[in-house]
Amino acid sequence: MLRHLAERLLSLGLSLFAASLVVFAVIELVPGDPAAFMLGMGATPEAIAALRRELGLEGTPLTRYLSWAGGMLTGDFGISYTYRVPVSQLVLDRLQVSLPLAAYALLLSTVIALPVGMLAAVRRGSATDMAVMGTTQLGIAVPNFWFAILLVLVFSIKLRWVGAGGFPGWEVGLWRGIGALTLPAVALALPQASILARVMRSAVLETLSQDYMRTARAKGLSRRQAVFRHGFRNALIPVLTILGLQFSFLLAGAIIIENVFFLPGLGRLVFQGITQRDLVVVGSVVMLLVFAVIVVNFLVDIAYALADPRLRRPA
Amino acid sequence: MRSLSLLLGGSLVGLFFAAALVSFFWTPHGVEQIAIQLRFLPPSAAHPLGTDHLGRDILSMLMVGARTSIAVAIVAVGMGVALGVPLGLVAAATRGGLIDEIIMRGNDLIFAFPALVIAILITAVFGPSALNAIIAIGIFNTPVFARVTRGAALSLWTLDYIRAARVAGKGRARISVEHILPNIANLLIVQGTIQFSLGILAEAGLSYLGLGAQPPTPSWGRMLADAQTMVALAPHMAIFPGLAIVLTVLGLNLLGDGLRDLLDPRLRRAR
Repeated sequence: MLRHLAERLLSLGLSLFAASLVVFAVIELVPGDPAAFMLGMGATPEAIAALRRELGLEGTPLTRYLSWAGGMLTGDFGISYTYRVPVSQLVLDRLQVSLPLAAYALLLSTVIALPVGMLAAVRRGSATDMAVMGTTQLGIAVPNFWFAILLVLVFSIKLRWVGAGGFPGWEVGLWRGIGALTLPAVALALPQASILARVMRSAVLETLSQDYMRTARAKGLSRRQAVFRHGFRNALIPVLTILGLQFSFLLAGAIIIENVFFLPGLGRLVFQGITQRDLVVVGSVVMLLVFAVIVVNFLVDIAYALADPRLRRPA
Repeated sequence: MRSLSLLLGGSLVGLFFAAALVSFFWTPHGVEQIAIQLRFLPPSAAHPLGTDHLGRDILSMLMVGARTSIAVAIVAVGMGVALGVPLGLVAAATRGGLIDEIIMRGNDLIFAFPALVIAILITAVFGPSALNAIIAIGIFNTPVFARVTRGAALSLWTLDYIRAARVAGKGRARISVEHILPNIANLLIVQGTIQFSLGILAEAGLSYLGLGAQPPTPSWGRMLADAQTMVALAPHMAIFPGLAIVLTVLGLNLLGDGLRDLLDPRLRRAR
């Protein structure tokens, strides 16, 4: 197990290093001088030069990379060109929206998908199964931002139950905050839940045909007990992997959904960074997103090994 | 069930390809003719799906928009195949070696960037355009095809007839092209269908954010972006482009499922 952990850690470090090189290289390719862009027309060359120094644009690419990567590691993400505040401050503010949104969506999709997928597997071939398969097929095909627009149309415009977007902030109360995140979370969760329900169904089906299920029945467990105690737990292993993979789709989905609902989250921050050509923000936030994806996949890998001892041994 | 998937999926996909092709010669109305007095019209005989905020016919816009979606998705899938399949073949042929390791770790790295994040990086540097959307989606397709190709090729390499070919003196490159590739073509077609549907979704998402096809090129994602602010006034503007995306993606997924069952006899027996 220790050796497995060490190998995964090494690979984690290498992945992060490679990813940081890619992001840095892409940002370096940007045409034009960011300092001149930020100061606008009519700026004196001295002012531009001073700002270039301040932004760390002087020096060789190597020293720039080292100071950028070193900054990322110590929580110094640079100063935003447009907001003129530290990017770390912006990120912390935006995380208060993005993290709860992602967690909410993940919770919704898991709570819906696992029982539904299991039900479909246990009643394989029944009308319930057909309905689940049909609905999830549709759920995968629906773009989440279109679903979001439909939700706004029905619940905000026709029924007037919730606002059409924006976020009041957590200061006004937990429930109002959660209320503002509900439609976005539902819109994000739908395609995730569809995929997850299908994975759960096939994972449970797989376990149902295993010998240990027959043993469980033979020792006197009812079908229901056997499915819950043995089928469900074994089916969770592939489901866990998919959950990890979905995390990156959830992040990408959040970029679009936050824009549909005008939520001040990380996705909207990076999108505004592009339209305002604020490269410090874009580079740092993209790197953070990639960092999150790599770390989550690492954690899933470790959880996987904890859940299934066969995977701990080197292949 | 299987033939139903094929039939339904095939018809939906056929319908959208046909709409895109017909739009080159004929659309019910011109997509560039702006008629403000005709804006926000609900569906009627003259405009079966209504008109948008500039008085343009939505059915005509959808037909021309299908061209954009199909073109972006096809080229992006083609890019994924052109780059990913050779990489997968090489990785399988050199299995366990340094080249294999480099290719697979490179794959993992690309997978760590969500497609949309790649697109965002590219647009941040080169500006938004349909071409950059294609590149972004294509880059994301590459590791998918590399992985599928490698996995399928690895199992073929252990088979007797491949060994026979080696004994006969054929090199690894020649075996990959002459024996491995034709035998994994089925799998690649199925994966291609799935990636095609993901490409349509991705293009719609990027265009919705304004990072894909630029006006005046009609695109389904852009139509939804325009519709969003006016959804209270003209819900049909949002409903029909979304339905077009859903039906196309659904059609491609059903077609992919049907093809997989049809092309893989083992699955046929198992179900």
